[in-house]
Amino acid sequence: MSQENAQSVLNAEPLSDADQQIDDAINKEYSAGFVSNIESDTLEAGLSEDVIRFISGKKNEPEWMLEWRLKAYHQWLEMEEPEWAHVDYPKIDFNEISYYSAPKSMADGPKSLDEVDPDLIATYNKLGIPLHEQQMLAGVAVDAVFDSVSVATTFRENLKEAGVIFCPISEAVHEYPDLVKKYLASVVPVKDNYYAALNCAVFSDGSFVYIPKGVKCPMELSTYFRINEAKTGQFERTLIIAEEGSEVSYLEGCTAPMRDENQLHAAVVELVCLDGAKIKYSTVQNWYPGDAEGKGGIYNFVTKRGIAHTNSRISWTQVETGSAVTWKYPSCVLKGDNSVGEFYSVALTNNYQQADTGTKMIHIGKNTRSTIISKGISAGKSSNAYRGLVRFNAGADGARNFTQCDSLLIGSECAAHTFPYIESKNPKAIIEHEATTSKVSEDQLYLCQQRGIDAEKAVSMIVNGFCKDVFKELPMEFAVEAGKLLEVSLEGSVG
Amino acid sequence: MLTIENLQANVSDKNILKGLNLEIKPGEVHAIMGPNGAGKSTLGHVLAGRDGYEVSGGSVTLEGKDLLALECEERAREGIFLAFQYPVEIPGVSNMEFLKASVDAVRKHRELPAWDAVSFMKKAREACTAVNLDQQFLKRGVNEGFSGGEKKRNEIMQMMLLEPKLAILDETDSGLDIDALQVVANGVNALRSPDRSFIVVTHYQRLLDFIVPDYVHVLADGKIVKSGDKNLALELEEKGYGWLEGESA
Repeated sequence: MSQENAQSVLNAEPLSDADQQIDDAINKEYSAGFVSNIESDTLEAGLSEDVIRFISGKKNEPEWMLEWRLKAYHQWLEMEEPEWAHVDYPKIDFNEISYYSAPKSMADGPKSLDEVDPDLIATYNKLGIPLHEQQMLAGVAVDAVFDSVSVATTFRENLKEAGVIFCPISEAVHEYPDLVKKYLASVVPVKDNYYAALNCAVFSDGSFVYIPKGVKCPMELSTYFRINEAKTGQFERTLIIAEEGSEVSYLEGCTAPMRDENQLHAAVVELVCLDGAKIKYSTVQNWYPGDAEGKGGIYNFVTKRGIAHTNSRISWTQVETGSAVTWKYPSCVLKGDNSVGEFYSVALTNNYQQADTGTKMIHIGKNTRSTIISKGISAGKSSNAYRGLVRFNAGADGARNFTQCDSLLIGSECAAHTFPYIESKNPKAIIEHEATTSKVSEDQLYLCQQRGIDAEKAVSMIVNGFCKDVFKELPMEFAVEAGKLLEVSLEGSVG
Repeated sequence: MLTIENLQANVSDKNILKGLNLEIKPGEVHAIMGPNGAGKSTLGHVLAGRDGYEVSGGSVTLEGKDLLALECEERAREGIFLAFQYPVEIPGVSNMEFLKASVDAVRKHRELPAWDAVSFMKKAREACTAVNLDQQFLKRGVNEGFSGGEKKRNEIMQMMLLEPKLAILDETDSGLDIDALQVVANGVNALRSPDRSFIVVTHYQRLLDFIVPDYVHVLADGKIVKSGDKNLALELEEKGYGWLEGESA
């Protein structure tokens, strides 16, 4: 549309004086509005109380929310950036980051896929992403009402009927303040860690999910997300509450590389899993990893934790292939008796990527059980660390954990590290830990090639085989995409 | 079918093949025997195009095509099949998935129609039956936890599906009991046809009782030092290789 308009202006006859004045006036108004828009919507770099007031004001937040943010900010000021992770990156100057930028206007984006980087399109095609989703992901201005919008509306109706609340957390602050006040930071306390505190002070937006008692969410919240996800910005905040006996499966992220200019991401995700409830939270993370020389890329410092009450189950599944630096430990606090925590993870690093990821399973209740399956794949010159904590508190009678932690190396310049921590205050707790490190061997590649399979396909097949135990935990359609994602992420890893 | 002329090859800078000549016509079965370290397995890997096996001289043509100019996977698609002496495990990748990828790549290259899932399964099951492998093996990881004999039968099963022009059996008989040997030999014999050739590398004459070769060659110190018919194998069984030493000079 806009392209056609531009065209017609260019082709127009010279304007008469009167017409010219009118035209000028229209253009002026438009451009003035445009400029003021920019001025009010982009914030200079740096963090201060004023900045937080600004962010809160932009969202029209109630006083209590602002105060909560300010308190978090002052706590953050007294905290130190953690340095224990097995990652290495230049020190971040938190005053050089802009903490608020309004979502990009559709008009700023490319007008069609023809204007988008062909490499990106090639990647989308390899991942088998449908055209209209490609447009959305690349930020193409789509002004027609395309299918997905109406699909999204239908989804929303279905959810409403079931009593499920699914909305941006900024909306929930206004609409469901009691729930937000009760549960926000109830799982990840404000002072939990440096990045979590920062997130509390400046969080941009994220999702709020509430599943009422006994309700099984009628759909995977992924489906909705894939086509309707707004740019939530760099400081995402998600809160999921599953009431007694309810069930929900939530999927965040996307296999497609997202257009994003923010370098620092610090999200917080909290899951509240009440008695007998089940939450399955799946993540596919493919933020920009930097180029083959290790320049650029996202720093992804995430805090994800769930609290599991009696007889409930929390299951984290993640496929992490993006970001230059990843620092992420989705955890379960198994508070209630018989509660179950699961962590299934594939973390792939290539080129100069660094990942330090794993989980924490805190067994408090009796007969609590946890399972950890972690598959780390390192290629190129990357470094991949698994860091996991399994803790049994004194009261955790009959608790048990099974951990399997496998690393796969591709090439000879990458590294894999494993840091398992086990703390048991209960002599009766049972823990099993298995760990392996293997290499994609020349013999395996040779066997594949001798059967006509080229080296890249062979590596991707071997890696997919290695990850099978995790992929089978992903929602069906995503498992296939995740497989393709690994293939794309590994491109160029065999010489 | 295959013409090898004055082939010289190095592995880790060590000269292993030192001017090997061999002509194989369609439908023929050639057995290669010889003492340890003569270069028998090296010959198989050089023909298959394994990394690190460097050809320093000579030529190899497959149906007139310069085989040495092709990558390993291209040679496989052209119809070279190597049944490995020690088939490697690929955990988590099911035999079926592996075979499908392999068959697809090979058939695509040969401009043959792709097999759909149903006909592929049918062929794969038939091949399993032919080598006396339970169909459960199709679902298991490639060679994962297979016994030695199962691995070798799995190789022959793959060969049946890939329908090569030239199959190289690298000491396929090693580690097999007599029954398994019979099964493997039956599989090979079933594939013998006027347009398919075999190179059978073995230490022992007994395999050749089951797979009867048209020619037997003795490879010693990187060259073929003596050629004959199946009776040569019997002679070797009786006399060993020592009496041939003078001929390699």
